[in-house]
Amino acid sequence: MKDRTIGGILLTALAYFVALVMFFPILWMLLTAFKTEQNAFTIDPHFLFVPTLDSFRVALEQGSGYLHYALNSVVSAVVSTLVGLLLAIPAAYAMAFFPTKRTDFTLVWMVSTKFIPAVGVLIPIYLVYKQLGLLDNLAGLTLLFTAMNMPLLVWMVYSYFKDIPKDLVEAADIDGATTLQTMRKVILPLALPGIASAGLLALILAWNESFWSLTMTDHTAATLAVYIASFKSAEGLFWAKMSAASVLTVAPIIVLGWFAQRQMVRGLTFGAVK
Amino acid sequence: MAIVELKDVVKNYGGKGSDAADNAVDSFNLTTKDGEFIVLVGPSGCGKTTTMRMIAGLENISGGTISIDGRDVSQVAPKDRDIAMVFQSYALYPHMSVFENMAFALRLKKLPDAEITARVQEAAKVLDIAHLLERKPRALSGGQRQRVALGRAIVRQPQVFLMDEPLSNLDAKLRVDMRAEIVKLHRKLAVTTFYVTHDQVEAMTMGQRIVVMLNGKIQQIDTPQRLYEWPANIFVAGFIGTPSMNFLRGKVGADKRSVANEHFNLTLTGARGGALAAHAGTEAIVGIRPEHLSYLAPNDPIAENVLSGVVEVVEPLGSVTMIQVQVGPYRVTAQIESHLTVAMGEPIRLRCQTDKLQVFDATSEQSLLQAPAAS
Repeated sequence: MKDRTIGGILLTALAYFVALVMFFPILWMLLTAFKTEQNAFTIDPHFLFVPTLDSFRVALEQGSGYLHYALNSVVSAVVSTLVGLLLAIPAAYAMAFFPTKRTDFTLVWMVSTKFIPAVGVLIPIYLVYKQLGLLDNLAGLTLLFTAMNMPLLVWMVYSYFKDIPKDLVEAADIDGATTLQTMRKVILPLALPGIASAGLLALILAWNESFWSLTMTDHTAATLAVYIASFKSAEGLFWAKMSAASVLTVAPIIVLGWFAQRQMVRGLTFGAVK
Repeated sequence: MAIVELKDVVKNYGGKGSDAADNAVDSFNLTTKDGEFIVLVGPSGCGKTTTMRMIAGLENISGGTISIDGRDVSQVAPKDRDIAMVFQSYALYPHMSVFENMAFALRLKKLPDAEITARVQEAAKVLDIAHLLERKPRALSGGQRQRVALGRAIVRQPQVFLMDEPLSNLDAKLRVDMRAEIVKLHRKLAVTTFYVTHDQVEAMTMGQRIVVMLNGKIQQIDTPQRLYEWPANIFVAGFIGTPSMNFLRGKVGADKRSVANEHFNLTLTGARGGALAAHAGTEAIVGIRPEHLSYLAPNDPIAENVLSGVVEVVEPLGSVTMIQVQVGPYRVTAQIESHLTVAMGEPIRLRCQTDKLQVFDATSEQSLLQAPAAS
């Protein structure tokens, strides 16, 4: 670091400050998870205390059903992401390489569905699900997650495909490849980093989803979001246990995100720099 | 090897109220000889690339038929037309090695590995890229990529080659080298080839026959020499040859051999002598190529078929000198010998080689001359 100017130092300090502000809630959650309930509830916050694993013990004990919820979270997030990619890739392929007059409109329309607040469509979807018997049903929830992430997946995969010259599709076409062969042997290998990051993002969004999980499921299909919420009961709030449950919920996805960080950054900036 | 026949081929991109006037390619008719090298040339937007893409099957045709060796392929998918194409961008598969790029089509055909290897190595040897087979395209120079693109086409041993401005991304020197190499390759393989370019020099040096296009319409199909000597209209005359042909407007004289106005009087001779018999009094445009004008010494007694004017620009090129002369309202370019010294602002007289003159109808812009039948 040669240019250690005042401005540079200030900027660095600002960056640390912003990072701390962003990270603070997570830090606080982590600390609270290791406190006793009394300690967690005090008005003047304690940063130093004797840590205890009591809350985790309660959160993981037999009756809590952590594994049940976690399994539901894994199944709904993974399956919705895979099904989403399976549908989004051909859709994006068609729109990126064989656009028609209405392709732009279709894309904007797909994304515009994300402008509607989820609660705005809650009642119709709830009623339909009720009729179909999909309430508190894991397949039903997975279907919702798939639909929820579809516009994002199509849009992201579309933009990665757009960065691939159409000449390559045409060259493969002339070389004798069928559409599926072109997709599998030419386009997918080139778009793989992008597709991976789109999938990862969908996975995280599905994992963290709480609105639909809380409203459409009760116990059978409930995910970890419902599990966290279950610590807010009529008898009162259990901050420490709730924090422990939250830590157990976000830990897997944070660990996954950590490992995939490089992939994510590359995918999200794909095409921007080249 | 194959005979490619395009019959009344039309391309219209449609859209509201589009009619024949909007045709991107209009009634294109051409029958190649077996193994012929055809160049499609014209300014950008003339429909040359669209025509090639229709032959490839990458673009649907709006009318007419395309057949290869008598088989109508108009509705056949590109992969079933037995053609290979070299793209302007090369379109090499970035994630595959040079070997895999060249082997791709053969693998799709499920040829035995031994044959694939043999064919790729054979092609690599011909193109002098055998040492690059393990590299990825991004590790290659422009010229090497170009060779790989050619290699990918020739390993296929297709019936027809299509090349879409394959040299336009190379620098000038490499372009000249590759030009010669593609011609050599074609002589060796003798596969019917379509080559698209906007560069008339490329067209003239490579094509056995050249299709000159403008606004979706064929202007002329001919050998390079005949395009140069007998251009069918003013566009072709101006497009072929550098520097461009000079055009002077006048009237066909009563002698039915000359075109004149107050600034010049040029009389056709040789094979062209009788061409204007039916056109006395017609408004006409005379075309003279710069290389068919020569310097006339001030004291030379010759006075016929001479243009007199004032030197405006002198451009010595070393081997020859280009001068621009103001003749009345016309700016005329002439190519004179480099040892002659002419100065800007001086009067000058230029002699026309009258057996090389072109005459066009001023309204239709079509040539009034009768080209002799092709030999």
